[in-house]
Order: sequence, then C-alpha cells, then structure tokens
Amino acid sequence: MSASGYGLFGEEHEAFRSTVKQFVERELKPHAARWEEAEEFPRALYPRCAELGLLGLRYPVEYGGSDAGPLFEAVLLEELAKCGSGGVAAGLGAQFTISTGPLWRYGTDEQKRRFLAPAIRGEKIGALGITEPSAGSDVAGLLTTARRDGDHYVVNGSKTYITNGVRCDFVVLAVKTDPTKGHQGLSLLVVEKGTQGFGVSKKLKKLGWRASDTGELHFEECRVPVANRLGDEGAGFYQIMGNFEWERIAMALGAVGAADDILQGAISYTRDRKAFGKSIAEFQVTRHKLAEMATELEAARQLTYHALRLHAGGEYALAQTAMAKKVATEMCCRLADQALQLHGGAGYMMEYDVQRHWRDARLGPIGGGTSEIMTEIIAKQLGL
Amino acid sequence: MKILVTAKRVEDPESKIKVDAAGKGIVKDGLKYKINPFDEIAVEEALRLAAKHPGDVVAVSIGGKEVHEQLRHALAMGATKAVWVNHEGPLDQMGVARLLQKIVEKEKPDLVILGKQSIDDDQNQVGQYLAEWLGWGQATFASKADSLDSENEKNKVPGVIVGDGAKTVDVIREVDGGLNRLRLTLPAVVTTDLRLNQPRYASLPGIMKAKSKPLEEQTAQGLGVDVAPKITVTKLSMPPARKAGIKVPDVATLVTKLKTEAKVV
Ligand SMILES: Cc1cc2nc3c(=O)[nH]c(=O)nc-3n(C[C@H](O)[C@H](O)[C@H](O)COP(=O)(O)OP(=O)(O)OC[C@H]3O[C@@H](n4cnc5c(N)ncnc54)[C@H](O)[C@@H]3O)c2cc1C
Ligand SMILES: Cc1cc2nc3c(=O)[nH]c(=O)nc-3n(C[C@H](O)[C@H](O)[C@H](O)COP(=O)(O)OP(=O)(O)OC[C@H]3O[C@@H](n4cnc5c(N)ncnc54)[C@H](O)[C@@H]3O)c2cc1C
Repeated sequence: MSASGYGLFGEEHEAFRSTVKQFVERELKPHAARWEEAEEFPRALYPRCAELGLLGLRYPVEYGGSDAGPLFEAVLLEELAKCGSGGVAAGLGAQFTISTGPLWRYGTDEQKRRFLAPAIRGEKIGALGITEPSAGSDVAGLLTTARRDGDHYVVNGSKTYITNGVRCDFVVLAVKTDPTKGHQGLSLLVVEKGTQGFGVSKKLKKLGWRASDTGELHFEECRVPVANRLGDEGAGFYQIMGNFEWERIAMALGAVGAADDILQGAISYTRDRKAFGKSIAEFQVTRHKLAEMATELEAARQLTYHALRLHAGGEYALAQTAMAKKVATEMCCRLADQALQLHGGAGYMMEYDVQRHWRDARLGPIGGGTSEIMTEIIAKQLGL
Repeated sequence: MKILVTAKRVEDPESKIKVDAAGKGIVKDGLKYKINPFDEIAVEEALRLAAKHPGDVVAVSIGGKEVHEQLRHALAMGATKAVWVNHEGPLDQMGVARLLQKIVEKEKPDLVILGKQSIDDDQNQVGQYLAEWLGWGQATFASKADSLDSENEKNKVPGVIVGDGAKTVDVIREVDGGLNRLRLTLPAVVTTDLRLNQPRYASLPGIMKAKSKPLEEQTAQGLGVDVAPKITVTKLSMPPARKAGIKVPDVATLVTKLKTEAKVV
C-alpha cells in the first residue's frame, strides 16, 4: 500500500528518506541489540550523524545546519524510530530536537556559536533539564532555584529522568529565578559540564529506551554566568511551552515510525509461523487483526501529519499537536502489544525485537507531557 | 577524465515479488523500486575516480519517466549530468547495449562503468555487448584486493587505478579461485562486482543540488536504434518452495548424508 507523499512529502523528502533508511539499516540496526544490552551507544554516533547533516536539519546554515525545514527532520524522526532501539533514537533525537531547540529559538548569536554550532557538529552533547523529583507535569511548580549574585546565577536543586543527562556537555536547565512566582518565575540557563557544583548523581535503570542515557542531575551552589540565560528573565515557561511543540510532534512521528516497523514485523512473523497446518497469517482472525492494526496506524499517521502540516505552515496548533501526540503514542503501545500477542511465546522472549518495541513504546504516553496533560490541553483549547 | 555510468531502475529486493496471471511478467502493484545495486557501485567508483581525475560523470537510464528517480539518485550522489532514454515497452540486453552504444558515441567518455548485472533479470550481458560493439577493451566483475573494512575503503580510494597520463586503467577482477589483474587501454568498459566499494549515501545538499543538474532526454527513435527484442520471455515461474531442513545428531551423520544422499562431497 502506498500513498505517495501524503500531499506532504515531495521527491526530495523521499530521496532523503532513502538516505536515512540506508544509514539506519547499515549503521544502526546491526548494533541495536548490543547497544540496548550495554545500555549505551557509542558517543561517536553524534559526529557520525553530524557528518551526514542529520543534527541540524532545521537550523540555520551559519551555525552548520542545513535550514531544510521541519519536513526533512520529520522524515529523519520516522526512520530513526525503525532502528530497533528506542534508546538510540531518543539519545540522538534529544540532541537535534529538545536540547538545541531552545538555543536556536531563544539564544543570542554568541550563545548559538558556543552551544548550537558544536551540537550540530556532534562535538557537544546537549540535554534539556526540566523534570524534577518532585515536579514533572506541573512545570510551574519546579523547585530548582537560581539566585542572582552579580553577573552570575547561583543554582540549587535537582533534575531527574534527563535524557543524555550523564554524557551531556551542556544542559538547558529550567530554573526558578523568582521562586515567589509560578510560571512567571521560570528562566532557562545553559549550564556546562564541569561547572563547579553541577554533578550527575546516577544513571537510571529503565524499562525501555535502554541504550539512551537517562540521568539524575544535582546542582549545589552552582555558579552560572548570567550570559548563559536564554532570552529574558522570567520567560522560561513560554520558552518551555514553545519547545514542547516540536518535541510532541517529534514523539508522534517517532511513534508512527516505530508502529510501522512493528506492523511489518508482525506481518512477516505471522506469514512465516505455521500452526494447524498453515501460516497463522492465513487465519481470518489474524488477517483482520493485522488490517485493524494498519488502519489504526493510518489514522494516527494522518492526525500526526495534520499537526506537522500546520506546524510547517507556521501555525502553533496546540490542540492538534496534543491530540497527535496522545493518539500516536497510545496507538504505538497498542500495536506493540498486539504484535507481541501475534508472536505467541516468542513475543515474550528477549531474542525477538517485538519485546523491545513493546517496552520502548510505553514511554510515548509519558515523556514530553503525559497523555493526561495532553487531554488537559485539548480540554482547555475547547474552552472546557 | 569523463566517465559514463548506468543507473537502472529495478525492483527493491525487499519487495514481495509475484508472477502475474499470464506467467510472463511480475505483478507490479505495490512494488518498490531502487537503483540497481551494482550500478550504484558503478556510480560510486566513477565519483571516486572523478575526485582524482576531474571530469564529468554522466549517468544513463532507460525507461519511462519513473527512471528519473534513479537518475536523480545518481545526481544526488554526485554525478554531474543525467541522460534519460525515454522508452516504454520490452527491451532485451542487446537493445539496451545498442542504446548505450549510441549514447557513448555522443558523450565520448574515457571510461564506461556498468553493473556486472542487474538484480532483476541477472543477465550479465550488457557490458560485454557494449564493449564488443564499441570495439573497446573490457574488464568485467571489477573488485579490489582491499576489504570493505579497510582504511583505503574508508578514505574512498578507488579500486580501479588510472595509469599515468590517463591512457590505461588497471582492474582487479574477481574470478573463481582468486583475483585476476588486467590493464586496459582507454577508452574501455568496466563492470562492477559487489566488493568493489561501499557506495556513499546521497547527502541532503546532494539531493537539493540534483534538482538543478541537467537531465537530457533521448529516445530510441531519435538515436536511430531498432530495439525490437530478439529475445522474448516465454514463461516465468517462482522457484519451488524449499523443503524444510532436517536435523542430524552428529557430524559423522552429516558427512555420510552429504556423501550418500546429497552427493556433494
Ligand atoms: C525515559 C524518560 C526520558 C525523559 N527525558 C526527559 C528529559 O530529557 N528532560 C526532562 O525534562 N524530562 C524528561 N523526562 C521526564 C518526563 O517529561 C516526565 O516523566 C513527564 O513529564 C511526567 O512527569 P512526572 O514523571 O513527574 O509525572 P507526574 O507529573 O508525577 O505524573 C504522575 C501521573 O499523574 C498524572 N497527572 C499529573 N498532573 C495531572 C493533571 N493535572 N491532571 C490529570 N493527571 C495528572 C500524570 O498524567 C501521570 O499519569 C523523561 C522521562 C522518561 C521516563
Ligand atoms: C515464559 C513462558 C513459559 C512457558 N512455559 C511452558 C511450559 O512450561 N511448558 C510448555 O509446554 N510450554 C510453555 N510455554 C509455551 C506456551 O504455552 C506457548 O508459547 C503458547 O501456548 C503459544 O504457543 P506458541 O508460542 O507456539 O505460539 P503460536 O502457536 O505460534 O501462536 C502465535 C499466534 O498465533 C495465534 N494462533 C495460533 N493458532 C491460531 C488459530 N488457530 N486461530 C487464531 N489464532 C491462532 C496465537 O493465538 C498467537 O497469537 C511457555 C511460554 C512462555 C513465554
């Protein structure tokens, strides 16, 4: 089944898709299982991706990007999700989406030269630090503080579940520059690895996304130059919300890409597997199950592409973005579960890919704003 | 040095191939296509040579408008110009070689690099016909001594070596039992084997530039070539499904079976 380009992708996007597919097949897939087991992928993958121009597709040419726009990055996100390791896709994705996004949108020229350009070259790994042990969904309720002292901020607090947290060279950190206020008290600071008082408490053990490094960070009287603040003091909340837009579309696209891989895997497994004298794909119940999975995937894909289309057109479609993120990530979980079921006992075994998909998919409705938070956004947009 | 390469459109080997009801062709619905992998190796080799011996790399493809996709791919990899021979309908290997001969006569390359075969029909004939009809030397199944994991391969060192003054090329051929080294006087025809190189990816800047590179159209009629096939396909069938294997308890049984039943040792 094909639907050339979905009225969204042109010839060049499809040509770029072939390039990314080749890269994924040759350089990621063969190692995915090993990296998942090691709970780490080689740092060299960042410069390798940079060499292929994958880390700066949306970013300006003057900082080393290619200014190609969100549709090319959308292609990259979908295809990376098929590499067999959600952790690799997440570790690389965090680099070119959430951690560098705020630098690009809100950074000064000097900040972009210091952090964005080396991140696009794959020389510096970036992370985004918002979530804290005591506040995740409730961004306005963050507790990490940054007290002004001359031309520095003094940061105190901790962050958790931070993707690339252990290996990062800089973290774009959400802090309260005015703890007496809620969202108006928030600012974003870029904190560099090696700054005194910035430490990594531990690398966290996870259900899925195992090849990505997820860290717990702590800050104790950590002095960060005021020059490292992105935009105005107190603008943090709106910057974070602005950054969530692409993160959520990115997660929806990743879910669509992964679900595609899951469905193809289920089709080929059920074709090969024989029971009661025929391949299990020949039972009508299996054929219908697969057809329903394809239908669910297509529906989620369409909604995701709708949000993407609006975004590419310059519109911040809050509700559609939230809907796409919720629908696509939940769809991916269901497809992974159904595909696992179709594998029978093999689905429960670590040697088959479907279990990894099943574990990796589960993060979708949690990270980048939970499904419940997406529903809350939709309700608000409906004026409810 | 000017090099001409081919970029045939073939069914993606990942696609599920089915023979059609008439038994003379395959079901085209839902198939994916790509550049013949051996041709992609030819494009890569030409680009490596052109980096050392500057000159145009011209990619040729024969078929309907859809072959633009494979030509654009070659251009995105770095070829400088594309020639599209607009042709619908059946074509045998001699027809292809006749068309290429005309294009070669027009373009006057110093070297023609083709895949040793295309992965759809696996005929392995076009390079040989072409060399014969041009009256040029040929080296088929070009390979190299270095492995695809070697430093030379990482540094994109060509496997085909151009001699002083660009009068000759040295080619290592993969043959049964070893490597065969040939020196050809240019112009010449080379066909590629699998281990000649690892083709580069088409980069995003390459993909964008490909849009504005020249793509010239030709037709069989315009080239004055009679492409009426001399070979027709009478029947196409799927290979018989392989029988399930058996497990043997030990090596001794295996050897006995290989000797007495399979009769291969
Ligand atoms: C693998 C992984 C990687 C991550 N990477 C990063 C990262 O790089 N950077 C970063 O900053 N964060 C990261 N996170 C954190 C992630 O964004 C948060 O886990 C997520 O936003 C949820 O916050 P929480 O964990 O504090 O859950 P809570 O906020 O404690 O939520 C618990 C439950 O309560 C529900 N809930 C909360 N508020 C409401 C409400 N108002 N209405 C209804 N239900 C509600 C939630 O939906 C959820 O079901 C990552 C998380 C994981 C698991
Ligand atoms: C952790 C674990 C422990 C186990 N322990 C034991 C044990 O102690 N002893 C033992 O003997 N076995 C054991 N098993 C095996 C288990 O019983 C089988 O995995 C299970 O019966 C399914 O068989 P299968 O894996 O061959 O799946 P398959 O039969 O290959 O089924 C694959 C899929 O096809 C579907 N399917 C099959 N036939 C049909 C049909 N006619 N119509 C519609 N759908 C169909 C199935 O429902 C499933 O979704 C264990 C399995 C696991 C994972």
